[in-house]
Parts: sequence; C-alpha cells; structure tokens
Amino acid sequence: MTAFTFPAPPPADVEGLRAEVRDFLATELAARKPRDRARSWSGFDADFSRKLGERGWIGMTWPKAYGGHERSALERYVVLEEMLAAGAPVAAHWIADRQSGPLLLKVGTEEQRQTILPRIAAGECFFCIGMSEPDSGSDLAAVRTRATPVEGGFRVTGTKLWTTYAHKSHYMILFCRTGSQEERQGGTSQLLVDLNTPGITIRPIADLSGEHHFNEVVFEDAFIPDSALIGRMGDGWNQVMGELAFERSGPERFLSSFTLLVEVVRALGDDPSDRAREAVGRLTAHLVTLRRLSRSVAGMLQNGENPALQAALVKDLGALVEQEIPEIVRGVVSVEPSLQADTELAAVLAHTILNAPAFSLRGGTREILRGIIARGLGLR
Amino acid sequence: MSETGRILVDTATRLFQNIVTPNELARAEAGEWPGNLWNAVEELGLPLALVPEDQGGFGIDPVEALAAVRVAAAFALPLPLGETMLANRLLAGAGIDSPGGALSVAPTTTAGRTAHPLALVPENGGWRLTGVARRVPWGGKVSDVVVVAEAAGVPHVALVPAGRFDVAPGNNLAGEPRDDLTFGCLLEPSQVAPAAGVTPEGLHAAGAALRSIQIAGALARVLEMTVQYASERSQFGRPIGKFQAIQQSLAVLAGQTAAASAAADLAAEAITAPVGDHRIAVAKARTGEAASVAAAIAHQVHGAIGFTHEHSLHHLTRRLWSWRDEFGNDAEWSRRLGHAAIAAGADGLWPMITAA
Repeated sequence: MTAFTFPAPPPADVEGLRAEVRDFLATELAARKPRDRARSWSGFDADFSRKLGERGWIGMTWPKAYGGHERSALERYVVLEEMLAAGAPVAAHWIADRQSGPLLLKVGTEEQRQTILPRIAAGECFFCIGMSEPDSGSDLAAVRTRATPVEGGFRVTGTKLWTTYAHKSHYMILFCRTGSQEERQGGTSQLLVDLNTPGITIRPIADLSGEHHFNEVVFEDAFIPDSALIGRMGDGWNQVMGELAFERSGPERFLSSFTLLVEVVRALGDDPSDRAREAVGRLTAHLVTLRRLSRSVAGMLQNGENPALQAALVKDLGALVEQEIPEIVRGVVSVEPSLQADTELAAVLAHTILNAPAFSLRGGTREILRGIIARGLGLR
Repeated sequence: MSETGRILVDTATRLFQNIVTPNELARAEAGEWPGNLWNAVEELGLPLALVPEDQGGFGIDPVEALAAVRVAAAFALPLPLGETMLANRLLAGAGIDSPGGALSVAPTTTAGRTAHPLALVPENGGWRLTGVARRVPWGGKVSDVVVVAEAAGVPHVALVPAGRFDVAPGNNLAGEPRDDLTFGCLLEPSQVAPAAGVTPEGLHAAGAALRSIQIAGALARVLEMTVQYASERSQFGRPIGKFQAIQQSLAVLAGQTAAASAAADLAAEAITAPVGDHRIAVAKARTGEAASVAAAIAHQVHGAIGFTHEHSLHHLTRRLWSWRDEFGNDAEWSRRLGHAAIAAGADGLWPMITAA
C-alpha cells in the first residue's frame, strides 16, 4: 500500500499530569489577555521559562544525569500541547527544548552535554537556529556560511537570516559549510556557537506586523573553538534532517491559530447560526484528527523510528487548518481586525491574519514538504 | 494490531483481491445478488466478528474486526458486510438469535431529517411494527433487516425477515441498493427485545462510523491507484508523476488519505461507545471532507481515461461520493460537533478536543 502508516498513539497515563499543567497555567496566565495568548510560541518570557524548568517541564525526556526527568515522549507532548492551547509564552526555551537539546543529546560531546543540557532543562539557557541564509531559503544545501579550520578551531564568515530570537539567545546551532560548495550536503557541519563570541553581529528584522522576532546574524571572521563541533565533521546534513522530524510534527503545527478559535466560540455565545456551528464543528474535527496524527508521530519518535515523511504530512495538513481559521472566523462573525482594538476578538484576529502567511513557510515551505511527501510516494 | 488482526486483514486482502472482479461489480450493479462473494465472506466468519464468543461469535476487538470492512471497501466489495456485522452485534446485545445470512440495519434518520419513526406496539402476544425506513442499505436484497424502534418510549431491537415489508427499490451513485422499506407487520416475541444501550440515534452514529471506515479504506486504494497511474502514464516524454504539479496534487491526496485513516481509527474505537461520544462526529465530518477533496484529485490525475466506465476508478469514487452523504453528511456531523463545542464554551473547547 502507498498510504503512510500512522499507528495508534501509544497509551499514556497522562491525565494527572494534564490536570497539574492546567492548574499551573490557570494561575500563571490569569492576567494574560487573549491578544497576548495568541502569540504563544512567539511569546518570549524568561521568567516563565525558568518556572517551567523548576516544575521539570523542560528537557522532560532527557536522562536525569543531564538535568532531564526521564519522562515519556507522550508526557512531554501533553505539556507542550497544554502550553500552546493556553497560549503560554514558550519562545524563550522553545528551540532549546525541542531541537537543540535533543541534538546535543544525540550527537553532542560529553562536555557539551554536561555544560549545556542542565542549564536548558532549568529554563536558563536559550537557543536559536542558524539554518537559513540569504539566497538559500528552502534550498538548505546551498548554505555558504563557511567555517574554515584553523589552529584550535574554525574561522567563521557568512550571514544567517530569519534567525528567531537570536537577540535574546545564549547560543546558536550553526549549520555551515566545512567542505566545498560542490559537495552540497556532504560538505556541511554544525557548530555550537556562543553568541557572545567577538565577530558576531545581530541585527533586527521586523516582520510584516512590525514585530521583532527575526534577525540577521553576521559572522565576520569569528573564531569558534574545536570543542564547538557538534557530531562529526561533514555530517551536518544528516543531523539536520533528524532534527526536522522533531520540528515538523508537534502540536505547534496545528495550534497556532487556536486562541482565535477559542475567542470566536466565546463571541458566538448562546445562539450561534447553523453556519457558525458547522464551521466550528468542522475545525474541531480537523484538530482532533491532527492531534491523533501528531501523537502517532510522537509515538514513533519515542520508539526510535524516523517518521520524517509522516511529520511532513502533519505539518502540511496542520498549516492548512491554521491558515483557514482566520478566514472561517471572518465568515461567521463580523469584526474588523485591528491590533489596537478594544475587543480581544478583533485583536486576536488581527494578530492571526498578520502571522498566518508564515505558517506554511517556517520549518519548510508547503511546496518543499509536498515534494518530500511525493518522494515518499515513490514519485521522485 | 494483534496477530489475529493482522491475519484477518491479510486474509481479507487476498480474498477480495481475487474475487471482486470487474464482472462481479458489473453484475452486482445491475441488481444481481453476488451469492458466491457472500459465501466467501461467510466462510471467513466475518459476519460474526463483532459478536462475543459466548454468543457464538468471534469476539474480535472492534478496531481489528472493522479493519476487514476497510479492506472490503478498498476493493469496492458489493455486499453489506459492515451492516451485517453491525446487525449481528445488535441482535446479540438484545439476546436475539442471529438468523445467519446477509443482514442490514434500518436507519431512522436520513439526510439530516427524521424519517417517520418506527413504532412497536404489543399485539396478540407479539409485536406490531409500523413505519417507514428510508434508504436502507441493501434492504431489498438481504434475508433479514434489524431495526431499532421505540416501544412505549423504550428502544427495542427487532428482527424483520424479508417478505414482511414492502420494498421501494433505490440506489446510491455507485449502484448499491438503498431501498425504502415500509413496515406494517406482526413479529414473534422471539424477534423483539429491549435494546441494551442502543437507540435509533446510536444506530445512526454506528452507521456513520461504518461509512467513515469505508471511506478511509476506499481512499487508501484510490491513492495507490492514482500514484501507480501517474508512474505509468507518460506525457511530454516522461511519466506524469515526474511533473511537480502532479506531485503536489498527489501529496495533497496522500494527506487527505492519512487524515481520513486517522479519523476512521477514531470511529472504529468509538463504535461501541455511548451515544454522544464525539469521535464518530469527528470521523464522519473529516472523512466526508477528505472524500470530496481526494476523489476530485484522483480524477484530475487520471485524466479522461478515469472518466470512462471501462476504468475501475469510478467503482471507488462513486462510492466515496455516496458514502460521504449516508448516515449524515459532513455538514450535518460538523453542525452536531459544533453545537457541542459551542455549548462547551470557549474554556471548554480544548478539554473537549483532548477528551476525544
């Protein structure tokens, strides 16, 4: 059969944990308005991340030896989805918990693990991802930032782009070229870069709503020590592909617009039209289904499988729904979106409309993901 | 899936692959009862898969038993297999002996409106059943029909042999019988019993679960056929599957198939759940939408050949277009689900989603 298999999500006794997380969030987020909650995984709050670290909800699945808590992938999933559904500001620790930490755990040196992982798990050490570059975009193998081996380390020159929260992060996982341009994938490596290193300049790039999440990060002959090499020289491409399965299938891939759905339900009140009922029901059906697919991928990751194809599918389906939500909301309530509006619905709608284009760009464009799926179907 | 489940699916796949030929499909669509196909299905024991062992069945876990229904749908098996499994389970639940043979269930709501409700009234030591059941799957072809009807406000299961009701024949888009049955007959005491936990509404939901599962099965096969066609059919000097535009369409088809499959899993897990479990509403709403999107893509990629009666694609796509509207369409189930979601309120929406 051509169809991809999505095994039933593994059973997990998680309701106690879920209740604990909900209680915590109800207290912590009580003062946050829906317009703030709508930001969720772009909301940066170092204090909040430190509190999560204290509760043991960062690095949950990692070994205790590295500050982790040896809990299951499904337990971690519950914490993540509860945070996102409630609109918690998770951006500070997000990348470190989701991508950088697991990468170091998998291929990092013992020294890297011991010095970095416990700080991440404590919610005190934040990461950004240095993958994209000017002119590279989805063609990651086209990276030009070069790390030239020198005595005791590398000299790095080049420019990274769209680097989310570089200006508030301690480290970057830098994807760079250590071999020739012609080698494409084979000539790449990853470095653990301390962003206080001389020769690194971080410049803000405002997104279309005027907010500052993105940055341009310029390396000008920056010296990075040998100890910063992650995994093997020349193995960067394979390492990055492993990371992307973690990045593409989680609840963040279908809950980006969830606050808007919550607010429209609030606005509909007791007497919704049939059309509104149908719209809300249809979206609910989509979310329940996506959640099952996504938890299935979490189960496969827990079993050590490589569900890269399934992850691409979940992200593609999820982005479609996330982007549809603001359009559907417009059809069932009459409201002018405005970031400065008095009403929360208008402000949340405005935020969601202005951010929705990114949902099918970040983490691989829709067209690239569908190319990956087509490869999985045996067409390429 | 357990070893038993895997064996069941493998056996069903081999069987249906061999016996559901284009000729059989054509004859069934012309109105002939495919008796030899039915015999093969009975030999496998599938009709009793959902009946507990202590009642003479096989007591297979519903998710695994219904996987056979998925496989049957993938090959467009022209028989009421799922309906028979459901009918036998209803009978067993009410303690009525199964007559064996092909059975069907009579839904009492169709296309979002309540049909004339069926009524049971005691008469001469037995029961009189009256009313009309519309668009009963294979209603005029099966040996007995199982209905859920109210007697003094209490849902009862009744077993009605063929010949005891009038049949006004009808078809769905795929030529599967969907007949209107008019009841006005006396039934023996042994043919009627209180339904343990099943209501007319619950039967409607179980039927919706069945159709969701069938849609998922048919879509898996549609995806397979369409990918294969795109790999074989050449235009402009290369297989059309090498064109990015086609690849992007097929990726969408694969996504809809995956979503339908996950939604059908929810339906299979919920088929014995109490009325009002949201998983069946999720499944019917989501698989209905997937059927619409996916069938359109499959035909687009197949081009003109897929639009001919010669080609076998339509056996699946016409079923998809029918099944999405049977036992409530995606809009109806979305409205039900939306009604519940809005009633749960803004702060109850997420707990409702995680509970499903």
